[in-house]
Amino acid sequence: MAYGFILDDHTSFSAWRPLARQCFLADRAPEEIEWRCASAETTLFDTPLVAPTPKNGAQPPVLRSKCLALLRSILRHADQTRFALAYRILWRAQTEPALASIATDPDIARALHMHKQVREDTHKMTAYVRFREHGEAQNGRRSFYAWFEPDHYVLPSVAPFFSKRFVDMDWVILTPKGSLAWNGETCAFSPTPCAKPKLSDDIDQLWKTYYVSTFNPARIKTKAMLSEMPRKYWKNLPETQLIPQMLADAPARVAAMAAQQPRPAPAFHHRLQQRRADVENQKGTDSALREVHRQSPK
Amino acid sequence: MKQSLSDRLALLSDAAKYDASCSSSGAGKRDSAATKGLGSVSNGICHAFTPDGRCISLLKILLTNFCIYDCAYCINRSSSNVPRARFTPDEVIWLTLEFYRRNYIEGLFLSSGIIRSSDDTMSQMVRVARELRQTHKFRGYIHLKTIPNASPALLAEAGLYADRLSINVEMPTERGLADYAPQKHAGEIRHSMGEMRTHIDAAKDRTLTGRKAPRFAPGGQSTQMIVGADQATDRDILSSSSSLYTGYKLRRVYYSAFSPIPDASAILPIKPPPLLREHRLYQADWLFRFYGFQFSEITAGRPDGMLDLELDPKLAWALANRAMFPIDLNRAPKEMLLRVPGLGVRSVQAIVAARRHRQLRLEDLARLKVSIRKVKPFLYTTGWSPGRLAERQNLRQLFVPQPQQLALF
Ligand code: SF4
Repeated sequence: MAYGFILDDHTSFSAWRPLARQCFLADRAPEEIEWRCASAETTLFDTPLVAPTPKNGAQPPVLRSKCLALLRSILRHADQTRFALAYRILWRAQTEPALASIATDPDIARALHMHKQVREDTHKMTAYVRFREHGEAQNGRRSFYAWFEPDHYVLPSVAPFFSKRFVDMDWVILTPKGSLAWNGETCAFSPTPCAKPKLSDDIDQLWKTYYVSTFNPARIKTKAMLSEMPRKYWKNLPETQLIPQMLADAPARVAAMAAQQPRPAPAFHHRLQQRRADVENQKGTDSALREVHRQSPK
Repeated sequence: MKQSLSDRLALLSDAAKYDASCSSSGAGKRDSAATKGLGSVSNGICHAFTPDGRCISLLKILLTNFCIYDCAYCINRSSSNVPRARFTPDEVIWLTLEFYRRNYIEGLFLSSGIIRSSDDTMSQMVRVARELRQTHKFRGYIHLKTIPNASPALLAEAGLYADRLSINVEMPTERGLADYAPQKHAGEIRHSMGEMRTHIDAAKDRTLTGRKAPRFAPGGQSTQMIVGADQATDRDILSSSSSLYTGYKLRRVYYSAFSPIPDASAILPIKPPPLLREHRLYQADWLFRFYGFQFSEITAGRPDGMLDLELDPKLAWALANRAMFPIDLNRAPKEMLLRVPGLGVRSVQAIVAARRHRQLRLEDLARLKVSIRKVKPFLYTTGWSPGRLAERQNLRQLFVPQPQQLALF
């Protein structure tokens, strides 16, 4: 028999917090508590876990806000050891109140690293979710679906971003770690894993046109691209399937630009030059120019 | 032949891509929770990256690539034979909203060639911004390029709807501008920038009656200089930046290595400058904006006025000022830590916070993901002393990237 809890994989900070308090009030040191994930493989040697009983009159733990924020963040991480790390930091911070400020401490360094990954995952989700329109508008509201695969349990953290940005449309974001659904009033989070749906949208074609045209073939920097848009995101981004062809075509496009001989300017240019000279002779201003350019091509 | 929307999108984004600016930050925070429309602004998000390493944050397009000017470096100049196209304001609005709804972009960066007159062009651009804001309750990011010589009333209206306004100085020196953009005048560009600065400053104050001044481009103004088309040195470029940042309070100066374009003008150099040069200029700019460096310090040690292509400017500065190192990891002021090659702003903050509570050793820095190899010649602490840097003869050799060994084919 050992002390501890069996937790759902997506257990959030608010669900974990009362359990951690309970351990602390029972005066159980980090080594005595086991935080086991429901999905972790069980082995023959796994001992049954019992919840520790709080002692009478025990003082609840206190944390500086910086430390609290750090624990909140790392509990969104998918690493199953996050509960143990968080409890150890909680425990240690009682005697080392400035702990969270000491980035060189091994526990804090690890927590900060996890925090960074969670932040990155959150950020990338706001960047790389792609909504696809689905069906006809209902009561003037259009509806959109997106599929995304976050590494961590960040759905509740990105919910405010999406519901304050895409207010006038209905949308659903499906992920293997749950879903978010917005209807103009509320944003509902569900932890139930979703399967990848089939989505398509005609506007993707225009977006791809833009993506290809805004690319400058004379400056290839694939390393910079990959560091910001790692391959793991590619499969869900409509535009990335064009990248191999864009790279393959680039050298020929650059060579063609270099080989091009200066060509005579179009007639339009000569007319302009002539008129500008005339206008300057008359000391004309913008209004005179306007007259002149009335015939410029539209 | 009639061009489809997709054809024109291809042409007008191709024509806009030489403007490096794509940032969608600096406008504070807002969202549509109360207005029930579409869009929000916080820290700019990059929604995609192209294989040229650039981020796509905004739909960057021209209203039209017809232009009555003839700036030599520009793909849209009147003497170029590129195919021409134009969008109606409604098409730009539609594209912006549809792209935004799919989360491809943060907003719109609208620029234009100059058709007929400056005011005519500017008023069409303002119309796009106005309708996005008023008719469509769009609260995403809008960056408008202002047209030189547009009327003050149009400028004021642009500032009401746009988050950022910009006008490109194009060439680092007046001479360069006169040679390459004969119809543009450095004086007029500076005048427009000065005017925008006055508006931006005024919008931050309350008026005499205590009411809030009208909104004006809360994201400030930015500009771009083309690098490597003329003879300007890095020192010329950076001293121009210095006056732009301090004199006109620009938020950002972009450096755009002159890039080959289709149907290039014969007066342009054939070879583009190395992309590394542009990169070094951005690094120098970064040192100025976040690390407390003056531009003049960065170029002081460079006899030809060009930044070192082999070493990044921070390292080059440290080696040129080696007498100031090594410094005490536990006691040196924050300003000096910021000057240590290999320490970024975040690591410096972490060091300053941690050393209040603990004596730091060199090994501790590894946990901050700092490269010990890079920083150790510049720091000393308990258990580590690198010796006087000034006495090291071969220091540069230590840092210059080693030539790659050639493999037999
Ligand atoms: S004004 Fe000059 S830089 Fe601007 S679009 Fe026309 S030719 Fe190009």
